[in-house]
Amino acid sequence: MNVAHRPKPAKLDAADRRIVNRLQQGLPLVPSPYAAVAAELSLSEGELLYRLERLLEAGVLSRFGPMYHAERLGGGLTLAALEVPEADFERVTETVNAFPEVAHNYRREHRLNMWFVLATETPQRIAEVIEAIEAATGLVVFNMPKQEEFHVRLHLPV
Amino acid sequence: MSLPSPHADSHGEVDPQRLRALLEGGLPLTERPWQALAEQCGMSEAEVLAWVERWQREGLIKRMGLVVRHHALGIRANAMVVWDLPDTAVAEVGRRLAAEPAVTLCYRRRRCPPEWPYNLFCMIHGTRRERVLAALDDIVERQALQDMPRRVLFSLKAYKQCGGRYIHEDQP
Repeated sequence: MNVAHRPKPAKLDAADRRIVNRLQQGLPLVPSPYAAVAAELSLSEGELLYRLERLLEAGVLSRFGPMYHAERLGGGLTLAALEVPEADFERVTETVNAFPEVAHNYRREHRLNMWFVLATETPQRIAEVIEAIEAATGLVVFNMPKQEEFHVRLHLPV
Repeated sequence: MSLPSPHADSHGEVDPQRLRALLEGGLPLTERPWQALAEQCGMSEAEVLAWVERWQREGLIKRMGLVVRHHALGIRANAMVVWDLPDTAVAEVGRRLAAEPAVTLCYRRRRCPPEWPYNLFCMIHGTRRERVLAALDDIVERQALQDMPRRVLFSLKAYKQCGGRYIHEDQP
């Protein structure tokens, strides 16, 4: 998806911010989780649900769901980069993004100017996809798999 | 991937895979969201909670959470800050950087020398570049990392952003 065209940023009020920051830490596993979080935030459950619905509709939040460990699900995951000649950038972008295993793809300021995440069904598949991308683009893929994750408390404080 | 069979509660065909599939679609925004899922997959609310708790305990699910779409909030300066740290120091520095409020993700990754000597990656998001750089300056000073080689790679453009089941945020 090309997100270069920029819609106006959504506005959050103080209660929205508290909700988003609190919920990034996860939802308690109790029968009425929204009521529990609402109580923590001194809101009514109805107001919390209403605000969450609005934030989802505004596109500020994506679905409320499980955050998986790809590796423990048996999948493969890595970060990879390419040094793409300027004149070829569009063509290479199309070629790389055509692979369904490419999740994010960012242009960044560096000699290695294209950075993408590969997510595959199995760990072995990573090497195959990298080979296929090298064959399709004629470029060397720099593969930088994760070796250790350092846990942050809030993923994106708002 | 297969999970061990359901816990001892045997009214027959309880299918955790169905629950997994339902969870992917997201938790309903209703007062009893687990109950709503339970009705759709033929379990009791308690069974649903027990499965999710187990998956969390086993580490399959990190947490039940949400994903903030930072672009929708106008948070557009997205900096990948990379460091070349001695292998003996990287874990300790990684933990310290992860504890910095401005750091939203922090990973140790494989170096690709000679082109890419960096082994620690972290993300700093902000509404403007200057703020992101100011936050980084503070961190460097506070953590006494002035002598460690680093690079800041701002993103210029996002060409693809699909949050699949494995991917839920920018991976630094």
